[in-house]
Amino acid sequence: MMGNLLEHMGVDRDRIHFSWISSAEATKFVDVVKEISDKVRALGPNKKFVKDYNK
Amino acid sequence: MDTCIEKIRAIGADLLAKGEVEIIIGFSDGSIPMAARPVAVSSRDDMEKLVFNSTCGLNLANYVSKNSLSGKGAKIAVVAKGCDARNLVTHMVENQISRDQIYIIGVPCTGMVDKRKIASMFEDEITKFAEEGDTLIIESALKKLTVKKTDVLRHNCQVCTHPNPPVFDVMAAEPVAEQTLDQPFADVDNIAAMDPEARWAYFQELTQNCIRCYACRNACPLCYCPTCFVDESSPQWVGKGQNQTDVTTFHFLRAFHCAGRCTDCGACVEACPMGINVREFTRKLNKDALELFGWEAGLDLEKRPPLDVYSPDDPNDFIK
Repeated sequence: MMGNLLEHMGVDRDRIHFSWISSAEATKFVDVVKEISDKVRALGPNKKFVKDYNK
Repeated sequence: MDTCIEKIRAIGADLLAKGEVEIIIGFSDGSIPMAARPVAVSSRDDMEKLVFNSTCGLNLANYVSKNSLSGKGAKIAVVAKGCDARNLVTHMVENQISRDQIYIIGVPCTGMVDKRKIASMFEDEITKFAEEGDTLIIESALKKLTVKKTDVLRHNCQVCTHPNPPVFDVMAAEPVAEQTLDQPFADVDNIAAMDPEARWAYFQELTQNCIRCYACRNACPLCYCPTCFVDESSPQWVGKGQNQTDVTTFHFLRAFHCAGRCTDCGACVEACPMGINVREFTRKLNKDALELFGWEAGLDLEKRPPLDVYSPDDPNDFIK
């Protein structure tokens, strides 16, 4: 529901990720992080929920 | 709706006389028209203060909490519309109060009026508000308007499907007819139909006038934490100013704390001095609670809220 609300508010769904990874699943952790970073890199820099201290 | 006030007063007087309750929480007239405010009545002489009309838009469950009841052992009677009663149930489900501490005087509700909508029909200050059945007679120094109540209902009352209290000790009038809606969340669907950038812009614009007064939180019966996350300074979860990012963070988190608990009573919108429809956030959560878990808050004392229990049937496609 949290992801849905963020998406509803206009945050890109690919920036929100939920995973269940056991401490024994190191390879899964690596795979998931790779997948997320690839997705986020494709989206480019996030401009939402970011504070601009130069303003 | 004025008709049941005599019944409410009679029930209240009887409860006080028998010593069954020590305090009755209800509504009284405010200092200006259309500003009904909560009142706690503890003597028969004050019973005349109690009123009930279409301007009682706040939620009285907010005035009953663990803190207000603790150590006193007193039983409190609450004049409850459908949503107030649902929030009392939520209090009980969340172990804030026990059923035997509360005497619920149920009031079948025909909806509350949108005071901003009415005020916008006038150029000057409203001096008089009266209602006769479904007709409202509103006066200012310049003009007098007669409007149909159904034309100025608050949005949450227009889409309300539980106007009668689901749990009560006594009803002050016959239950009213309950509607079923084909599209209960048309407002949410309209926003969902926009593309992500438009949705972001919509919510930014919605909250841009927020002055961070926290009236929405204070009016909400769900917000009973001893220290709210916005007031915490160690750690500082969210900035306190009017920076738009902080404002968005506040509204997102405030709403999410109500996930699976919100009864859409509209007290938050009623309380907002800037006229922000903060329900836009909780409406989405209510839609998801209904669609994903078949859940509407405050209807059942026995059932646990969806975010409170695990079930093997819980939707889990979002976990990758």
